[in-house]
Amino acid sequence: MEQFVQQLINGLSLGSIYALIALGYTMVYGIVKLINFAHGDIFMVGAYVGFVSITYFNMGFFPALLIAMLFCAVLGVVIEKVAYKPLRNASRITALITAIGVSLLLEYVVMFFAKAGVRTYPENVLPNLEMTILGVRITFTQVCIFAVTIALVILLQFIVHKTRVGKAMRAVSMDKDAAQLMGINVNNTISVTFAIGSALAGAAGILVGVYYNSIDPLMGIIPGLKAFVAAVFGGIGIIPGAMIGGFSIGAVETMVSGYGSSLYKDAVAFAILILVLIVKPSGLLGKNTREKV
Amino acid sequence: MLEIKNIDVFYGVIHALKDISLTVNEGEIVTLIGANGAGKTSTLRTISGLIRPAKGSVHFNGEKISDKSVQDIVKKGLSHVPEGRHVFASMTVLENLELGAYLRNDKKGIKEDFEKIYARFPILEKRSKQHAGTLSGGEQQMLAIGRALMSRPKLLLMDEPSMGLAPLLVKEIFSIIEDINRQGTTILLVEQNANMALSIAHRAYVLETGSIVLSGSGKELSQSEEIKKAYLGG
Repeated sequence: MEQFVQQLINGLSLGSIYALIALGYTMVYGIVKLINFAHGDIFMVGAYVGFVSITYFNMGFFPALLIAMLFCAVLGVVIEKVAYKPLRNASRITALITAIGVSLLLEYVVMFFAKAGVRTYPENVLPNLEMTILGVRITFTQVCIFAVTIALVILLQFIVHKTRVGKAMRAVSMDKDAAQLMGINVNNTISVTFAIGSALAGAAGILVGVYYNSIDPLMGIIPGLKAFVAAVFGGIGIIPGAMIGGFSIGAVETMVSGYGSSLYKDAVAFAILILVLIVKPSGLLGKNTREKV
Repeated sequence: MLEIKNIDVFYGVIHALKDISLTVNEGEIVTLIGANGAGKTSTLRTISGLIRPAKGSVHFNGEKISDKSVQDIVKKGLSHVPEGRHVFASMTVLENLELGAYLRNDKKGIKEDFEKIYARFPILEKRSKQHAGTLSGGEQQMLAIGRALMSRPKLLLMDEPSMGLAPLLVKEIFSIIEDINRQGTTILLVEQNANMALSIAHRAYVLETGSIVLSGSGKELSQSEEIKKAYLGG
């Protein structure tokens, strides 16, 4: 039982990170119907920006988090304007291939400037505290990751449901033409969506940095793919789905590592993807919407 | 109020609109009738800026709008009820109406318009918390009209508001259109239901494969032998 709860706690921290990345995947898909395969690399860039802010500029965790989010938001908007916007009316496979190109570009640009090797975050970015409740060990870092994630998700829900720009985002993702006819500027709305999604990935990057300490230019590939699995699992395009998917994939992964063998944790995540695609391709919360005449 | 001058529209190599000119005067209901694929929807989409003419221009209250963005055109007082209603299915009725007022900041005016629209369509108030996708076809059409009215348009473009509705509802929708017009909104109506459209329109244009082939008052056209044969079933 203790072991189970312990793995669940570990799964929550890992799942938080997947959820943050998955949110960006799902938001971007929702609005431009593009699987942004460069999204995992934006997460990696966030980790590096956090690393630079903390080690070279001696910033604390929260200022560094903010800087990483801002940097990634701008990066996301630039990528959209330069790489995806000119292809908006092209076939979807064209945009998808471009996304893979952007992904490689980000990986190797970072490798060029930051060297290919592993970098380590300083040890005590967050106080090295931990507590043990009924034999279950919880670290302060884990609490922080979870708290930051929940705060960001609440903020996101607020933006999407209560603000003008959030309503515009939902309207554009449902029906671009109709949204335009309401007077919504579609281009600006798409930019805002990329900015928010990328900022969340940037936050995930710095959280991974403080959780695992080591970062490298290719660190975004596997978490990016798993977050993609999480987004599909929850129902791509659906924001609460990405949350549920992220936490589920995180929990499954730590359970597999804890009870089985950590060698299989990646395989299990992708097996879930295959299963979802066979059993319910629209995902856990996905609905097949019918059109009314 | 609205003046279209010699517009040509292409979809790739398809020449959808050929040298179309038409005018809508303030206070009128003008209808554009024609068969499927004649270019009625393309004409409306060109007016509201969703597609660009290759040649010619569109003027609204004397100002050229065919090079303006859709947002700017909406801002000038032109609202478009698209074909097939296009309500935001997973948003509530209330949110749909709020989006209709997206470009407005006058809280008080918006509240007044909410009341007006709820008075006109009591069913929308009853369903205000329901997702638009769960409404019936007729209710969705009312929502689409209500949403368009929320921007306080001077000119309302309506694309096939009667499509797919039961005959009784069609009658209701048309009487609503007349009523909106009586309260001061100019209307350009695209319809396949030529009979109904001509009965409420002050003037009408007939579109055939991208060109205007006839125009005149609603009465004239509904009595024209050609129209009777082609569109009114004998």
